[in-house]
Amino acid sequence: MEILLFYSVALVAVLSGFLVIRCQSPVNSALGLVNTFFCLAIFYVMLHAPFMAAIQIMVYAGAIMVLILFVIMLLNLGIEARKRYTHGIVWSALASLMVLFGTIYFLKRGRVTGAEGDLTAFQIESIGHTELIGRSMFTEFLLPFEIASILLLVAIVGAVVLAKKEV
Amino acid sequence: MISVYHYMSVAAILFAMSTYGVLTRRNAIVIFMCIELMLNSVNLTFISLSSHLQNIDGQIFVFFVMAVAAAEAAVGLALMIAFYRNRESIDVDNINMLKW
Repeated sequence: MEILLFYSVALVAVLSGFLVIRCQSPVNSALGLVNTFFCLAIFYVMLHAPFMAAIQIMVYAGAIMVLILFVIMLLNLGIEARKRYTHGIVWSALASLMVLFGTIYFLKRGRVTGAEGDLTAFQIESIGHTELIGRSMFTEFLLPFEIASILLLVAIVGAVVLAKKEV
Repeated sequence: MISVYHYMSVAAILFAMSTYGVLTRRNAIVIFMCIELMLNSVNLTFISLSSHLQNIDGQIFVFFVMAVAAAEAAVGLALMIAFYRNRESIDVDNINMLKW
């Protein structure tokens, strides 16, 4: 039953990803991207990471997609004109196929080792995923967390400076 | 039973597909969305391996990838608006001001 759910969600995710790269209108691409984000959130729930699924929906499908759609609407972008491709569609297809075969090859060749940590599904259910993430983040990963906050501050200032008409 | 390889195969397919999108599309916003898709496929790899190895560090990394993606979205879209103001389009073929 679970494998059936996995395959159907994977199919929807890949098809929506295909929609993102093939649609002529950017708004349709954005809708496909939202669909892919929701499929990945379902995967995260299946992998016993419910907090990550919530963050995925709130940050990606909520904040980032609203930003992208806002810019699309603001710039009033129409359907992309069908011009001759200058980017070498064959070479691009070859490059992406090489990426695909490389990753699949290493996936088939290598073997993932067994469990290393002590985080079991039972522990996630009894303690709570959010609490585990918070414990790890505010003890072991406190410095990267602070650096991320500085990065976000820099991004805010940079976005305001770039989007202003005259600095 | 679903193994970690299933999830990683889906992530690999999504990553390769969005590589194709980044290389062929001309609309800068669509290229940006393809990059977001690449980041998401890497996130899927992180979380599947974190769940397989029973170690929570991978999920913390996903958190940081999301922070970087949010910063990238803010700055990248501001850049696109600034470019559109100068050139009246966001076609990447027109971004040639630094070309010698």
